[in-house]
Amino acid sequence: MKQSIAETQEEYYRGVRMVPYDLLKELVVALVGVGVLTAGLAAIFSSPDVPPVTIAAWAQNDPVDFVTTATGELAGTTTSAGYGNPYNTNGPGQKWGPIAPQAWFGTRIPIDSASTFVIQPLQRAGVGNADLSAALTAWQAAKADQQTTWLDTYTKALATATVKDGKVSVDAGDYGPVPVMMSSLLGVAQSGGLDGLLVIEGRFYQTDYTQALVFMGDGGYLAGLAQQANLTGSQWGMMNETGSYPGQTWLWLYTMWYQVFPFNSTDGILGLNAGNADLGIILLMTVLTIALALVPLIPILRDIPRWVPIHRLIWRGYYAPKRAGA
Amino acid sequence: MDADKPVMVPPVAGKPASWTLRVRQAITRGLPMDHFLPDRQPYYVGSWVYVFGVVTLAALAWVIVSGVALSFMGPQWWHDSSVGRFFNSLHFWSVQLFFIFMVLHLWGQYFMAGWRHGRAATWMIGVVIFGISILTAFTGYLSQQNFDAQFIALNAKDAMNGSGVGAFFNVLNFGQMYGLHVMLLPIGVTFLVVVHVVMIRMRGVVKPIDTEGVAR
Repeated sequence: MKQSIAETQEEYYRGVRMVPYDLLKELVVALVGVGVLTAGLAAIFSSPDVPPVTIAAWAQNDPVDFVTTATGELAGTTTSAGYGNPYNTNGPGQKWGPIAPQAWFGTRIPIDSASTFVIQPLQRAGVGNADLSAALTAWQAAKADQQTTWLDTYTKALATATVKDGKVSVDAGDYGPVPVMMSSLLGVAQSGGLDGLLVIEGRFYQTDYTQALVFMGDGGYLAGLAQQANLTGSQWGMMNETGSYPGQTWLWLYTMWYQVFPFNSTDGILGLNAGNADLGIILLMTVLTIALALVPLIPILRDIPRWVPIHRLIWRGYYAPKRAGA
Repeated sequence: MDADKPVMVPPVAGKPASWTLRVRQAITRGLPMDHFLPDRQPYYVGSWVYVFGVVTLAALAWVIVSGVALSFMGPQWWHDSSVGRFFNSLHFWSVQLFFIFMVLHLWGQYFMAGWRHGRAATWMIGVVIFGISILTAFTGYLSQQNFDAQFIALNAKDAMNGSGVGAFFNVLNFGQMYGLHVMLLPIGVTFLVVVHVVMIRMRGVVKPIDTEGVAR
């Protein structure tokens, strides 16, 4: 039976026994009931609100990780430095066969990691600091090979760095101007200045935290805190939240795909693997969402409710008299 | 002749020329008041499954009420004030309940094959509401201004960037996420929910699956 567009409810329900019903009363009872339940849950369990991590806290609590990350930004070895679009063109981005949307839309949020996270903040914060100005001049005057040599040796030395009074010390060596630059950047960061410099970008009002978050994402401090809070990708990633709160449980299907083949595999299949898992899973979820919307048109999927007798529980009053009369 | 006396135009057979009258007649035909606010239902509408739809609407109402209070008072309120924190908790738990009820409603309608007898569009709009609701909740989690928001943003950026979406939908941009969360996406959800409910009231609840009842 198919109800035509022109068929009225009176025609559709002809012969069906109608019983009294109070729609508005049901709605009001639902509003009150859900309101009481919500207020009770809010009063008993509150909600998660762990304070955000600042660059200042990172630099104060783990100065070696901060300096190692900043050195990596200069060397071009961090995640953001080789990310690709939309931040830069230093990485190929994800693609699946000819499908490469990360490349298609170009560099719409430009980030030059060395300049954005180290050189520009030092230039802004270093006004009146003769040692820092000399170090920056020496850095910019040096050839690329020399810069690379300084960074390599300094990065190796950081593996055995010590911290005293918040300052990072490494064994003596030829690091050029790098220690002065890093010491200055660490001082600016520890004072909270770098939090502002990476957000303000020469404006007064600002609501875009892209640079500050990308920089913190390059380091190990924030990731370590996430690991301690059981939030990371191997623990179903962003559907989690701090504490014992339920999180975004409605993302379970999306995050599940990261845990299974081929998206957790280096080799994968049909060109889908861990390397392009983000693209593959977004495409897969798009297809699944469209399929869910089109269930009424898809054979088998639309027939399952008829085969599975759950509807007989839902409408047991409707089916019971038929059985009794049979 | 009395020039001030209004002249009644006699009705003309066929479609009226007035757009207003046409719309009014279409509304009256498609959704008469006894369908919009019914006081009678078929006798088989007795299962608790039917409650999932109305409690989803009730949870959405509390999401909107608590969200309006939060957006009016501004982003610092829910961090610095105990009253603000309580309203943040109301928003948080009403969202959780909204999703629980909505998923139950979705599964209930699936096993009732609620799209039958010309109701496919109602089902499809429901799925779109589900999708936009997930996006709205996601932007809400990104707008919390706490550690969770930082972590979710940093993780989500790779999925967005890898699919090309990140070029236009920057999860690290609080201003963009907050604007979407408090304005555009809630308008989308609310509008589609109204359309969904009106379509249900226009068509009425679907009949039980009969032996001959192909799930279409």
